[in-house]
Amino acid sequence: MDRRCLLIRAGAALAAPLCMRPAQAAADEFDGDPFKSYQWADLRKEFLGPKPQVVFDARVRVQGPAFAEDPMNVPITIATDLPGVQRMVVLVDRNPIRKVLELQPMAALPSVSFRFKLEQASPVRALALTADGVWHAGGTWVDSAGGGCTVAGGTRTDGSWSQTLGQVSARLYSAVPGATEAGARLRLRVMHPMDTGLVNGIPAFHLTRLSVRDAADRELLRLQTFEPVSENPVLSFEFAKPPLGALRIVGVDNNGNRIDSQVQ
Amino acid sequence: MMQHARFGLAWVRARAGWLVLALLAPSTAPMPARAEAPVVKLATLDYGLQARALAEGVYVVEGANDDFTPANGCNIINTGFITTGAGVLVINTGPSKRYGEQLRALIARTTAEPVVQVLHLNLHPDYFLGNQAFADVPRSATALTRAGMQREAKAYEDNLYRLCGDWMKGTESLLPTESIGPGPLRIGQREFELREYQGHTDSDLVLIDRSSGVAFVGGLVFASRIPTTPHAEPKAWLRALDALPMARMTQVVPSHGPVQAGVQGQQQTKAYMAWLDEHFTRWAQSGWEMNEVLRAPVPDTFRQWAGWPAEYTRNVAHLYPRYERAALPATKQP
Repeated sequence: MDRRCLLIRAGAALAAPLCMRPAQAAADEFDGDPFKSYQWADLRKEFLGPKPQVVFDARVRVQGPAFAEDPMNVPITIATDLPGVQRMVVLVDRNPIRKVLELQPMAALPSVSFRFKLEQASPVRALALTADGVWHAGGTWVDSAGGGCTVAGGTRTDGSWSQTLGQVSARLYSAVPGATEAGARLRLRVMHPMDTGLVNGIPAFHLTRLSVRDAADRELLRLQTFEPVSENPVLSFEFAKPPLGALRIVGVDNNGNRIDSQVQ
Repeated sequence: MMQHARFGLAWVRARAGWLVLALLAPSTAPMPARAEAPVVKLATLDYGLQARALAEGVYVVEGANDDFTPANGCNIINTGFITTGAGVLVINTGPSKRYGEQLRALIARTTAEPVVQVLHLNLHPDYFLGNQAFADVPRSATALTRAGMQREAKAYEDNLYRLCGDWMKGTESLLPTESIGPGPLRIGQREFELREYQGHTDSDLVLIDRSSGVAFVGGLVFASRIPTTPHAEPKAWLRALDALPMARMTQVVPSHGPVQAGVQGQQQTKAYMAWLDEHFTRWAQSGWEMNEVLRAPVPDTFRQWAGWPAEYTRNVAHLYPRYERAALPATKQP
């Protein structure tokens, strides 16, 4: 990456065309990216490793609203029918912090719903890695008036976060929209301010990992969460069959605070 | 936070609607018999405000039944003014300094009486961002509304500047000067009744002119328009709609949507809020995700109203998280 490119990246990158290398431009300046985003080449390099194999694949579905009414809480659902998904990564081209989360579905279906903080209008991408080492990329465009990442959350503003930190509410549902009869959905909310570190005087403070375990203490899924995930995250996970016994939700934040809770 | 930018389809539709209206509307109609969206002149930032008499000395100034867009000047509110023999009472001052000025000029063209008081029916931006043109008169709102305006004014300014651009030039919030509560209000020969409810916001004021029966019902009634909900509490709103003394109102002036002679607007808002409350409850209890709620089937009746679908997207963003919270029980520490 040349120096010009770095400068532009540092400056939130609206006018990234300068970033493009002439050789790429000759073939397809966007490398087949359906969103024709100038951030895509860098994003791929930074988060998928050197020379990743990537295909744009409509089977990786990303649902969101057309515009972000509340840029602090933009609802996104990602899902795919692809078999053998090892991990799913959510990246947002024009966010100051571009990686939102990473899911290892393990015994769960390759699907997660969450809300995140959107700084400005951007493609929101889900990349699913299959066993053959190929990343399958899907995405949606979300419009926004802006400001999601650089505003303090409600519980940070009123100071109430410290009373509720780490509390979990959760419920296991059957018969949710689009699910098979045998399936199940776990919805949960973890109380956490999820500070991005981009608000004056408030350092980054966010959940880094959550796992769901069954009654036999088997890990069913693992989720890494980053700064852009919304305050007091509300998450949904899907299972092809109802999991065994009472589920346990465990996790940790970047300050070492533990989450450990049992779904009633 | 109030409304956010969307310059997509809704904007294109609004522009097309404006063109059609511009072609159909009579060019000089000082007092139209029924509601028409004002003919906006973008080049001169002229809102095209017109006063329509609903009764002797009782005027409504109608905005477009639409969303905030530069094409309609972000004028989507019905304001009003009433002569009393001892001066004019102004009900809400519109979305900008420029609107306030044009409203004040319209009042001066319509009556010789001076403006003596401004009344704000709730805390939303188009109820008071025209206040700079009324800096010399007392401006009243309930204590809760005043506190809310103080809290939100900066965000409103930022947001409307983003949405409306040049229309907002020079606009700065000028807050009310005094608190007013429910009860009788006498100005000159007029007797008004002020009633305070909650549901659309924490404090929703309704003004009834006793002699004519014209009622300015503020944000409690949305006529043929999807209700806005940034500060709404659906169950309280439904109670307020039931408590409104509709029988005493000859004409109902909602803040958004056409003036009504009967209960139609009140019934529409009630049907919508009841539908929303019932379905959001059911969907949250069944574990629906927000994206499923955004794509859920909504009755055709509602889909034909102004503000669809953008306002429904906002309803979901504002309200669904509360229904979710109610549906998720606390877990146990092992």
